[in-house]
Amino acid sequence: MADEIHLVEKSRIMDAARMKRALSRLASEIVENNQGAKDLYLVGIRRRGVPLAERIADKIEALEGERPLYGILDITLYRDDLSTVGANPVVNRTELKDDIEGKKIILVDDVLYTGRTIRAALDQLMDFGRPKRVQLAVLIDRGREHRELPIQADFIGKVVPTKQTEIIKVMLKEYDDVEAVGIFERP
Amino acid sequence: MDKPYQRRDLLGIRDLTAAEIIGILDTAENFREISDREIKKVPTLRGKTVINLFFENSTRTRTSFEIAAKRLSADAVNISVSSSSVSKGETLLDTALNLDAMAPDCIVVRHSSAGVPHQLAKVSRAAIVNAGDGANEHPTQALLDAMTIREHKKKIQGLEIAIIGDIIHSRVARSNIHLMTKLGAKVRVAGPGTLVPGDFQYLVDKNLQVCPNLEQAIKGADVVMILRIQRERQDSAYFPTLREYAIHYGLTNERLKLAKKDAIVLHPGPMNRGIEISSEVADSSRSLILDQVKYGVAVRMAVLYLATGGSMGSN
Repeated sequence: MADEIHLVEKSRIMDAARMKRALSRLASEIVENNQGAKDLYLVGIRRRGVPLAERIADKIEALEGERPLYGILDITLYRDDLSTVGANPVVNRTELKDDIEGKKIILVDDVLYTGRTIRAALDQLMDFGRPKRVQLAVLIDRGREHRELPIQADFIGKVVPTKQTEIIKVMLKEYDDVEAVGIFERP
Repeated sequence: MDKPYQRRDLLGIRDLTAAEIIGILDTAENFREISDREIKKVPTLRGKTVINLFFENSTRTRTSFEIAAKRLSADAVNISVSSSSVSKGETLLDTALNLDAMAPDCIVVRHSSAGVPHQLAKVSRAAIVNAGDGANEHPTQALLDAMTIREHKKKIQGLEIAIIGDIIHSRVARSNIHLMTKLGAKVRVAGPGTLVPGDFQYLVDKNLQVCPNLEQAIKGADVVMILRIQRERQDSAYFPTLREYAIHYGLTNERLKLAKKDAIVLHPGPMNRGIEISSEVADSSRSLILDQVKYGVAVRMAVLYLATGGSMGSN
């Protein structure tokens, strides 16, 4: 993470208030699309999908009076880029305490870019059982032209067309000093 | 601390830093959950080949490495001495070069001579994992012991750890002495005078103390590690009889009372019940022998992952 120091923020696309509104809308769309909170199971993808999934779960509970199930996926062991050089990615724990069988899974991640993370998450999910359906919610979609796999989001906070050289950072109070989304670039 | 473990070979605990040891243990923690899943398998090492090259008998360690490799989707091949060319006169170096020519990604090796994994590491392109070399080291055993202790004591720093038995022949003792002292525990060893080198403490660490008897070593200990009496190595007269050993160095409930109230008991297996450990201790709730075996799989998954796994790609 040492190279983060050299990134320059080009523009800020969300502040805390806008992020909160976007998450509220995502929560509403999810329950509307699924006719309520019954059998809903929110699964956050480490790292930043985790607090986002938790916040959406809070909002769904406020809307429906019923809290959806909640879990965490760590996709490290399902990555397709474990090559033979360099350092190993740090493995974290997957926590799916409740059975996913027959549930309506909402995968939650901060940014949808190439789609490879979601592919890994889907593969891992299927190793845990057979959900009724799986949908994808992301705070930021960087645009379809970056996709390397046929994967699209069902619920999107904001579409932000970006260049490949740009980096989208979702900053959350759980990990960062601020609550914001910014576009960064190497100078 | 992003990359606490950069080594490919795991030859011994002696070569590792405290940060590297903790890095392996933390990784192992996160592998535990996989063994509780209905489908106990992740695709991480798909297409990688792990050779278990065992020149010495072992059921537990070999099975544990094999299960660990398979749960990571690696192809595991077991070679034991009885079925290998060694019995036909091939030298160790030739065996290693031949295996290497088949391009394995990792070779897990056990041998009755100290230093064999280190020799293999010099000639092989595969990552070498030491599964026990003579009386030198057995690093994954010490790591799984550490994991068991961490689980029950939440830390290793500052603990008093007694190791009882045949210290001189024990690679388990050596690896554990290195590991526990590196992580800040105090280690006390005891056993028959013939099986405990008196000058041991000067060779290893100031946190290692050689005690004249079992009682002194156990007194106030948080962890009591019992070593197996290696009956197959007892052809020379280290002590008169097994019975006498049991009388002086067997861990009984009575002796365990000297340790802390919440002390835990470890044994690397296989146990000689009634000799180094009484059945009442072995079967009590303080004995964590089966936990050790359980954590062994997670530790070996972590070690194989770190030995053969790759880099964090750009995303």
